[in-house]
Amino acid sequence: MIESISIAPEQSKHEPPTGWRRYFGFSTDHKVIGIQYLVTSFAFFLIGGLLSMVMRAELITPESDLLDRSLYNSMFTMHGTIMIFLWIFPSLVGLANYLVPLMIGARDMAFPRLNAVAFWLVPVFGILLMASFFLPGGTAQAGWWSYPPVSTQNPTGNLITGEAVWILAIAISGVSSIMGAVNFVTTIVRMRAPGMTYFRMPAYVWAVLSAQLIQLAALPALTAGAVMLLFDVVAGTAFFDPERGGNPVLFQHFFWFYSHPAVYVMALPAFGIFSEILPVYARKPLFGYKVVAVSSLLISVVSVLVWVHHMYASGTPGWMRMLFMFSTMLVAVPTGVKVFAWVATVWRGKLRLDTPMLFCLGAIMMFVFAGITGVMLASVPVDIHVNNTYFVVGHFHYIVYGTITMAMFAALYHWFPKITGRMYYEGLGKLHFVLAFVGTNLCFLPMHLAGLHGMVRRVSSYDPEFAFSNVLASLGGFLLGMSTLPFILNMVGAWVQGKQAPDNPWRAIGLEWMVSSPPPVENFEELPIVISGPYGYGKSEPLVSNEAALKPH
Amino acid sequence: MNVKTISLLVVLVSLSLLASLWMGQQAYTWLPPQASAESKLVDDLFSFLVVLGSFIFLGITGTLLYTMLTQQVSRFDLSDGPPIEGSVTLEVVWTVIPVLLVFWIAGYSYQVYQQMAIRGPMDVVHMHMGTPSAYAAAADAEPIEEIDVLAKQWSWAFHYPEQNVTTSELHLPVDRRVRLSMTSEDVIHGFYIPAFRLKQDILPKRTIEFEFTPVREGKYRLDDSQFSGTYFAVMQADVLVESPEHYSQWLTTVAKGDRVPASNSAYTEYNTRQEKGIRPGWPTIKPAAPPLVNQG
Repeated sequence: MIESISIAPEQSKHEPPTGWRRYFGFSTDHKVIGIQYLVTSFAFFLIGGLLSMVMRAELITPESDLLDRSLYNSMFTMHGTIMIFLWIFPSLVGLANYLVPLMIGARDMAFPRLNAVAFWLVPVFGILLMASFFLPGGTAQAGWWSYPPVSTQNPTGNLITGEAVWILAIAISGVSSIMGAVNFVTTIVRMRAPGMTYFRMPAYVWAVLSAQLIQLAALPALTAGAVMLLFDVVAGTAFFDPERGGNPVLFQHFFWFYSHPAVYVMALPAFGIFSEILPVYARKPLFGYKVVAVSSLLISVVSVLVWVHHMYASGTPGWMRMLFMFSTMLVAVPTGVKVFAWVATVWRGKLRLDTPMLFCLGAIMMFVFAGITGVMLASVPVDIHVNNTYFVVGHFHYIVYGTITMAMFAALYHWFPKITGRMYYEGLGKLHFVLAFVGTNLCFLPMHLAGLHGMVRRVSSYDPEFAFSNVLASLGGFLLGMSTLPFILNMVGAWVQGKQAPDNPWRAIGLEWMVSSPPPVENFEELPIVISGPYGYGKSEPLVSNEAALKPH
Repeated sequence: MNVKTISLLVVLVSLSLLASLWMGQQAYTWLPPQASAESKLVDDLFSFLVVLGSFIFLGITGTLLYTMLTQQVSRFDLSDGPPIEGSVTLEVVWTVIPVLLVFWIAGYSYQVYQQMAIRGPMDVVHMHMGTPSAYAAAADAEPIEEIDVLAKQWSWAFHYPEQNVTTSELHLPVDRRVRLSMTSEDVIHGFYIPAFRLKQDILPKRTIEFEFTPVREGKYRLDDSQFSGTYFAVMQADVLVESPEHYSQWLTTVAKGDRVPASNSAYTEYNTRQEKGIRPGWPTIKPAAPPLVNQG
């Protein structure tokens, strides 16, 4: 822990660009990088959303009548890849980048240049991935799992295929994520302000730490798998080629060894957001803070032991199915502890249902639903029926949209005044919430029904018996697309001409709320000396002993 | 807690329980017809999970909604709520109960799985020898119907080795244990009959044995459940469960038929598009030639 270093404001020889220009350059300020991540990933969120609306347009009728089947396969492959690797991951990293140093009382991340490099890799692989639309063979079309042998089949015979570009993009994304993970873990372990012990860190920081530890532990498996697949695709090796003695199921192990824990890399920060926002708008301390904090770590430990539940139907031995069923269900325990803690936090609170709070409460309800269908999926006999059907698609969209993206919106509204120094428009925010909540349920709930009846995922045409669920889902999907319009209008409008935000518009407790909105480049004039826990609502004990010295006089 | 609160809680819990039980009954209607012995076991397990899940969902969302409706304060009210930081008793309770539930669900699922005695790949079958199964007795007593399944991009072929018959529809005798030997010629495919609640990936270069018992006559659908490329969606086949008499009659008739190329959606769609010069999107793997099947 750094005790007290007073850094004289650095006078660099060439002034870094100010104003909007700094967002387009190689800035090492964690706040600028955070915004760069958020804006870039939101642009990809819109692209990924458009692709999903094209898919929903195809699926509104049973026949394959809008797109060629190869294009449809490209749509779901690119939709999944963009949403995971270019929206959820980078947007959560962006938020953490902005908040973590402020929350732990640091002036920046541990390695500011590494931080900037990690960000600039995102547009690099994003553009690379988009460029594959212009290849003669088209983009990758094997789904975001990219299972061989389908992914290694190459009808054009070209060396540079959509698949090769896709693998390269994923590998670069992995490098970027590992750089970020090293930076976050180091920052949280080494850069906490005096007095900021582990059990005085906000629950969000605990969640980010747990998530980034998963990245460090599990991501190398995917990178290894991706490198072998790349060699199979471009260099003619046969790691996964059954014709020549390879084993395609091995890739599934590599892939899911990372990609299941990856779900928790995405979900844990969302849980952290709930733990952060609920106390503010319920005016009560986070219930069972220490348990909530430690349960994040427990989730990350269990999460690396569950990957085979994606492969119950892949020809896995019976004992493996049983073992992983049990470990998967165990995840429900620390997760359940968190949910109960959130409910207990709002119970008997003094609730203010502002936009961030609405998004949180809506997201928690949808998360509970997703958790229940998740336990159903963990049960081997049920999973053997619904595996690879729309039941699974519905389930994980309740997680990735209903929970994580909704949490992201909650966070963006909640910290918007801090980030921009402006207040957003409450009415537009509430409109966004209503549209998003109705849209999510209308889009993803009927998918469960279609899946239970046996509608397989990834199909470009389907039997007419599934038409009703699909019409509902498509309408919900379009509504969800429309729901982002008030959000964009709100963010852009408020940033340009919103009301000036005070330092702490929500009367929230936290180091980030003790500095100006937006915070100065070095965050704190003097490093805070933390003297109490993070959620002192209803108690009148100060968080730091030197509040007045944090801001310049 | 006073008597009034306790009785109110009891009423609420009973109501949620009733609603959950009702949902559990509804759950059967969300599923296709029960056409295999295994499907009944799966459906009962699913219904149980729906009851449990509904109760938890109602409890949590009910509490949240109640709080949202009753605890909202005006924005001029600057007071804080009670500074309750936790309760060890509560936290122990809501850790222990989920742990017990997990053991319960996992135990029940394990039991159902054993009763289904799902057979995976060959090497796994040997590890399963001697597993008690609800159908083991029936399977031992009666002859098992052996059928070979061949999957390729994008067609299904079923071979009945005893009669040397190949077809593109899967005919099965009712109430008799069936054992499939499944192979794939190219990529991973998935054998999935929703009405049977059964699914198994078919891996290239391996033979995977798979067993089940159809119990209801009728026509069902077989889907490819593991994404297999461009024409994945149309890789379907009809499954006909027939009385043993009908079944053997069909086998004898069809054994006399000549072998002709089966009609195949992927193959037809691909060739029609080529002939009509419809811009074929991006290049695709060409569908394999349709399997040669006995004319019925």
